[in-house]
Amino acid sequence: MEQFSGKIWVLGDDIDTDIIIPTEYLALKTVEDMKPYAFSPLRPELAGQIQEGDIIVAGKNFGCGSSREQAPEIIKALGVKCVIAKSFARIFFRNSINNGLLLIEQDSLHDHVTEIDKITVNVGESIEHNGEKYAISSLPQNLLDIINAGGLVKAMRKLNGLDA
Amino acid sequence: MGMTLIEKIVKNNTGTAAKAGDIVTVNVDRVMIHDIFIPFVASKFEEMGFTKLWNPDKVVLIYDHLVPASQVDDTRHFKVGNAFVEKYGMKNIHRADGICHQLMTEAGYVKPGNVVFGTDSHTTTYGCVGAFSSGIGYTEMASILGTGTLWIKVPETIRVNITGKLPENVMAKDIILKLIGDLGADGATYKALEFAGDTVENMSVASRMSMSNMAIEAGAKCGLFSPDEKTAEYCEVELTDEMKNLKGDEDATYCRVMNYRAEDFVPVCACPHNVDNCKTVKSLEGTEIDQVFIGSCTNGRLEDLMAAAEVLKGKKVAPFVKLIVTPASRKIYTQALENGTMKILSDAGAIITHPSCGLCCGRTGGILTDGERVVATNNRNFLGRMGSSKVEIFLASPKTAAACAVAGKIVEA
Repeated sequence: MEQFSGKIWVLGDDIDTDIIIPTEYLALKTVEDMKPYAFSPLRPELAGQIQEGDIIVAGKNFGCGSSREQAPEIIKALGVKCVIAKSFARIFFRNSINNGLLLIEQDSLHDHVTEIDKITVNVGESIEHNGEKYAISSLPQNLLDIINAGGLVKAMRKLNGLDA
Repeated sequence: MGMTLIEKIVKNNTGTAAKAGDIVTVNVDRVMIHDIFIPFVASKFEEMGFTKLWNPDKVVLIYDHLVPASQVDDTRHFKVGNAFVEKYGMKNIHRADGICHQLMTEAGYVKPGNVVFGTDSHTTTYGCVGAFSSGIGYTEMASILGTGTLWIKVPETIRVNITGKLPENVMAKDIILKLIGDLGADGATYKALEFAGDTVENMSVASRMSMSNMAIEAGAKCGLFSPDEKTAEYCEVELTDEMKNLKGDEDATYCRVMNYRAEDFVPVCACPHNVDNCKTVKSLEGTEIDQVFIGSCTNGRLEDLMAAAEVLKGKKVAPFVKLIVTPASRKIYTQALENGTMKILSDAGAIITHPSCGLCCGRTGGILTDGERVVATNNRNFLGRMGSSKVEIFLASPKTAAACAVAGKIVEA
């Protein structure tokens, strides 16, 4: 079982895709170009503060709004290891899996954490924080297959005989 | 055991009975890609190693968010799109005909019972003709372009029954805003909405479209209406027995049933900065505004422009208010010119723009700044969507929006 620890950034309910990356930056050429503007309508300084291996803990309905796949891509590009939320919007959920960004649904952790706290994630089992353990479940097999292949692009490359 | 509408569509598509919760692979009848995402779809498609589209005739490319270009780099999207169309032998491309969701049904790309995906969250719109349609990201779109299939989890269904006659100043928009307020922005996440009752049976396809368009704002995977004679006329098809049977069975399993009386609805607004922040227009009366936007894939259709014109006829927009009207398609633009609607709007002082997504996604004319308020008929009022993050966006029906433009403040029509 995979285990990792990291410091957390705490966001509220209904963090929508226009907050994650506003439409005006979507025509920039690369995700790297867009990255500095992540979360800018809500917290313009946040993109500069997030470091490799950090974790986002949010309330319900994270990623609601548009189908823009840049949203999970940017979060991944910022170095975020995983997003833990009370719930996720469905398009964001699919897009994250397809891009290999780990999402974890957990409905009570958010009520007990403060920003910059450190947590430990035991993938598919539990989250540890301040000596408390919060249970988490595992993803269905068809989604694990995509993640294990390294995302949907790699799964399709395999299908087309480009990769072993 | 009875079936829900979505379970029937899935069964007809795959040939195998499926129930809510099952994971199935569907055969895709049509896909839509718009200008913002075509460069990403194209590069993912080639990175995946595909060399041809599974069926070029089933792929539709529409330029709408960036038309005409408002930033220097926007034209790159058109160049990439044009090259993709050429390289893979596509015929279905619209470069300046209107908003993608309007065109998909208006131009006949979607029929009752179809399974359709698009690179836009408001792809739920085609539920208005009894199609299962939903938004996806560009990586999944690239995989469909190669394989013609996608895995889905058959959603549970929330049944919404509405019966009776709506008050004069209430539109389908008020119903869906109230419903989203009742459900919450995540109240239908992963689920299907199924609309029924004589109120929706008596609605035009255009009104149904306003409702299915906004299903996503409650998190829903789709918002479905049963096809009927109006659908058949709109889609220019003869209803087959299979299409006629696309309705939820009496003994189907619903995770929730919501019942509404049409007479109980009143004009409402979704207040800043969430679509589920629903309040009655009456409770907001007197709130001063700077701008009004009538348009979008939610409410930029002929009946919407005509409803606004009825309110604006012989009146003038308040001197400090800018009223921006954006028809959802070129066809609607022409119809509104021909039937005199445009003249009424123009005489009232409206700024009438070309058909496109326009201000809805904050990309073209009408951007607002700190402290300004806008009443808008589109589908989202998120923080920063129409300019600075200190702009307040109130979502409302075209009738309410037109009345607000005249008054210069929020009022009932």
